[in-house]
Amino acid sequence: MAQTVRLAVNGVARVEEVEPRLLLVHFLRERCGLTGTHVGCDTSQCGACTVLCDGAPVKSCTMLTVQAEGMAITTIEGLAPPGEMHPLQTAFWESHGLQCGFCTPGFIMAASALLAENPDPTDEELGRGLEGNLCRCTGYVNIRRAVHAAAKAIREGSAAPTAVGG
Amino acid sequence: MIPAAFGYSRATSVADAVAQLGSAGPDSKLIAGGQSLLPMMRLRLAQPEHLIDVNGLRELDYITPKDGRLLVGAMTRHATLVRSEVVRRHLPLLSEIASEVGDPQVRSRGTIGGVMAHADAAGDYPTLALMMDATIVTDRRRIPARDFFQHLFTTSLAPDELVCEVDFPVATGAHRYLKFRRRLFDWAIVGVGVQMSDDGWRVGITHAGPTAVRAHAVESALRSGANPKEAAEHATDGLHPTSDVHASSEYRLHLAEVLTRRALEQAA
Ligand SMILES: Cc1cc2nc3c(=O)[nH]c(=O)nc-3n(C[C@H](O)[C@H](O)[C@H](O)COP(=O)(O)OP(=O)(O)OC[C@H]3O[C@@H](n4cnc5c(N)ncnc54)[C@H](O)[C@@H]3O)c2cc1C
Ligand code: FES
Ligand code: FES
Repeated sequence: MAQTVRLAVNGVARVEEVEPRLLLVHFLRERCGLTGTHVGCDTSQCGACTVLCDGAPVKSCTMLTVQAEGMAITTIEGLAPPGEMHPLQTAFWESHGLQCGFCTPGFIMAASALLAENPDPTDEELGRGLEGNLCRCTGYVNIRRAVHAAAKAIREGSAAPTAVGG
Repeated sequence: MIPAAFGYSRATSVADAVAQLGSAGPDSKLIAGGQSLLPMMRLRLAQPEHLIDVNGLRELDYITPKDGRLLVGAMTRHATLVRSEVVRRHLPLLSEIASEVGDPQVRSRGTIGGVMAHADAAGDYPTLALMMDATIVTDRRRIPARDFFQHLFTTSLAPDELVCEVDFPVATGAHRYLKFRRRLFDWAIVGVGVQMSDDGWRVGITHAGPTAVRAHAVESALRSGANPKEAAEHATDGLHPTSDVHASSEYRLHLAEVLTRRALEQAA
């Protein structure tokens, strides 16, 4: 039986009828057309589906849409205003933090949650903060470099971070 | 994969959750953080007909120090435990363990009550609950941890019973939790916790059997003056771990001993 769910996605309020079994990731991709959030596994391990729910990083494949009732969801599309790039996006580009790019939206969302809590992570803290995300291409070195570069850019205010969590 | 279809309702109170579990029948289940249940439903290892969501029960989300105890509500999420100054002050080993559960995303959603009720052999908090003689408080009774965990995925909870709280003793002495796994977010292949308490060392072992165990033989060796290396030789007493894709039984026994020694040596 379909249920009504009220939530905000990237600042837009939505009221939707959904089946309880509709996973948040499928809602975002198929109902909202926000295909930047990826599905990379069936086992809740890869983190490609990471979004922010009220600012907290969550694997959207491991949450029901009905459980997002009343929440503000931020996806990779909502991290920066349209036409602009978040410092993390710029840094992944400039530091070659991706190869195929499949894991990138998840890494950027997880990194944005990490930097919101810890603006100047040590390399170890950075690794721990991204432990829920897998990359099959890069070997992580440039991902670390990109997140450190973004952290620095945000700290130095050369690029103000977009407020996350709606 | 997409889970099989199910009905869904939200519990409005503890009493309502219990009543709904009773009336929705044997194929209904509570959903808390969903970090164990939803992966199983996606693989169709679990196909409940009805889910009762307890995420709205904010009254079960608390961390309260009281008369030498630390009371933790079942809906307290791993991330809340990691950040809590109160936990760091009253039971720092719980902070340490919480920060080793899963990854940041799992910690945003998963709850301590869910880990207890799920009773995975590799769950990290059951080890702490057993070694510290914690009590699991439900909607109707208080269950000592040693009577709560019965077997793999099996607890002494009745089908319509709700975990409401975990009641730990305060302990601020030297402690350490060492968790051996291949990738940071993985479950423990084996884990060992040690805590100095008023009556000496407490030692618990994760994933060297169907449930966590308290290593009584190690504790009494330490009380009789054994050093960490000598005491750790007793870590495998009475253990019969199974072999699986992650590790053979022999390797688990080896890890139990080595991690016990290291945890005792590194405890601070
Ligand atoms: C990638 C990944 C890695 C993980 N690694 C670890 C790890 O290293 N260590 C670890 O301990 N856990 C780990 N977990 C599991 C995680 O900690 C889960 O959060 C936890 O096992 C279940 O808690 P939950 O709140 O998510 O419960 P749910 O998944 O919602 O529920 C689990 C079960 O418990 C029942 N239940 C939940 N709450 C209650 C309650 N209050 N009363 C009675 N029954 C209840 C449900 O009906 C269900 O049967 C991992 C999970 C993932 C996805
Ligand atoms: S799709 Fe892999 S963790 Fe969500
Ligand atoms: S860039 Fe290909 S998976 Fe990470």
